[in-house]
Amino acid sequence: MLEGIFIGLEAAFSVKNILMVVAGCLIGTFIGMLPGLGPMSIIAIMIPVAITLGDPAAALILLAGVYYGAIFGGSTSSILLNAPGVAGTVATSFDGYPMARKGQAGKALTIAAVASFAGGTIGAILLMIFAPALSSVALLFHSAEYFALMVVGLSAIAAFAGTGQVAKALMMTILGLILATVGEGALFNMPRFTMGMMDLQSGISFITLAMAMFALPEALFLVLNPARGASNAEGGSNKITNLRFSRAEGRAMLPVIGRQSVQGFFIGVLPGAGATIASFLGYAVERNLAKGEEQAEFGKGSVKGLAAPETANNAACTGSFVPLLTLGIPGSGTTAILLGALIALNVTPGPRLMTDTPEIFWAVIISMFIGNLVLLVLNLPLIPYIAKILSIPRNYLIPFILFFTLMGAYIGQNNATELLMLVGLGIMATIFRFADYPLAPLLIGFILGTMLEDNFARSMQLYRGLDFILQRPMTLGLLILAAFLVLLPSYRARRARKRAEGVADGD
Amino acid sequence: MALDRWIALIFVTFCCVYGYAAFFTMDQLLPPFMQRNPVWPSTFPKVLSVLGLIVGLIVLFGVEKVDDPDGEPDATEINYRRLDEYKTGQAAMLLGLMVLYALMLRPAGFLISTTVFLVAGSAILGERKFHIMIPVAMLATGFVWYLVQEVLGIFLRPFPFFMGM
Repeated sequence: MLEGIFIGLEAAFSVKNILMVVAGCLIGTFIGMLPGLGPMSIIAIMIPVAITLGDPAAALILLAGVYYGAIFGGSTSSILLNAPGVAGTVATSFDGYPMARKGQAGKALTIAAVASFAGGTIGAILLMIFAPALSSVALLFHSAEYFALMVVGLSAIAAFAGTGQVAKALMMTILGLILATVGEGALFNMPRFTMGMMDLQSGISFITLAMAMFALPEALFLVLNPARGASNAEGGSNKITNLRFSRAEGRAMLPVIGRQSVQGFFIGVLPGAGATIASFLGYAVERNLAKGEEQAEFGKGSVKGLAAPETANNAACTGSFVPLLTLGIPGSGTTAILLGALIALNVTPGPRLMTDTPEIFWAVIISMFIGNLVLLVLNLPLIPYIAKILSIPRNYLIPFILFFTLMGAYIGQNNATELLMLVGLGIMATIFRFADYPLAPLLIGFILGTMLEDNFARSMQLYRGLDFILQRPMTLGLLILAAFLVLLPSYRARRARKRAEGVADGD
Repeated sequence: MALDRWIALIFVTFCCVYGYAAFFTMDQLLPPFMQRNPVWPSTFPKVLSVLGLIVGLIVLFGVEKVDDPDGEPDATEINYRRLDEYKTGQAAMLLGLMVLYALMLRPAGFLISTTVFLVAGSAILGERKFHIMIPVAMLATGFVWYLVQEVLGIFLRPFPFFMGM
């Protein structure tokens, strides 16, 4: 492990890779600040750039930097405008915005940056401890277990991603899996569902799909409803003056940061949970733990209330790398996009990543430390200048967002048909969003689809049929867990409703 | 019927078509040696179409009851029931512009089509200060072209096809 860390240090501290981290963080912060563009869209836009770098370590470092930067940028717009660019930073606006209204925008940004830094750094340390351990367990897995594990992952994402509507999320997952069957798979060497179209021969490009699912609907929503991009309340203070916080405030933050980085990390590890749940839960836990006056301060500009979600969401972002790097299974939309980028770069994430290409594995982890440091040291002082982007009129901004979306899809494939597909899929995604269908499961299903089918087919061939489910107890156990994950939420909802009805009858 | 159920209906229909292809037409071209395999190219699609049908029907018939969230949705949240209050015309025109861009990118070249796209896009959104927008669009187009072509090394035809470049 130590050897690997040194290789990673060497790779991460090359001039090129440090430049990648810095560039990634800056670009991420810059775009993440724009309301309506979440980390998924930004990473999707950056993927063609990352892929052309050719070097998987540099590409992943760039994308991870963009990811952190985007989360940080999202916090900035939450604090300054009460307009969170990312769902994971909604909880940040609860206390960050009131603090900015009091004229302490600078202090709020510093607290957010320090909390993010601590959350990300502690998360990276936990990742260093847990990822190798999980990798060694995962090496014992066969294709049957991988198949079952992916089913568990997809079920967990469906169970946790939606707004309590598991069936809708499952429908999206299945649609993603169906889309993945289009084209000529490596397994059978014959085109499927291409409807005779040459452009579908190589399947649907995942960058096009990612753009269509996330970037395009958000841009369209900005056009449809101008109120969406604007600040929620009038009179937000954009003046960023004093960036310091007091020693007492620092002391108050310390236990919050300690608790939330660990809690956030473990929530991030769970598939489907991710930064949003971690930040809300972190906020709720800290509010319950606070007493008396401190508790009353929550929602009015509390230091603890700001530090909690910020620490938790960054720790969760780091945590979400654990299943990606050790099992090759993404737990969130963002890590799914990263997985797609890795596959495009001929790197297969999974338990063998650490042994086969330690330089990639460790360089990514080390670059997380560098990335967090860059955010604190470089981005924070630049924030007053970067925040000027918030005043760019939307008439200029939206055409550029649309243009970058188009470019992202075009550069990846160099094919104009791809752009037509992007528009078509984007309209479809917008309609899905209108009807409250979660889109992340679709993309994750799409990216995992090929791997799921490969592992399924391999186990079927090895055991000449479905016997592998019964002959491998772990596979069976995992599949039962998947069924449990899918059925549990609706069972609980039904029971809660029955109980509520019972009470009403009793009265 | 609410929008989400319409989508479920379309999805169920789609699964029927997909399932029909998987169950009845796909295996016709399968070479005999592959038919001895326990898993065929159509196996996974068959499973998916059945699962899709089940889940689609669950959503369609509202088997899984969902409690409506309390209160009026936030003004910044998007809601299709208020579609008439939104700027649907602008959105549709921008989508049309994107299609046009896709069709014109090769024949007209990157520089012209992109500049036109950016300027027209902002004009659709109501921008009238063309003396600012046109130079901004041209500068940005040139910068992106340089970045993609020279730095990333991806070929983008800059000029219209008849100029031979």
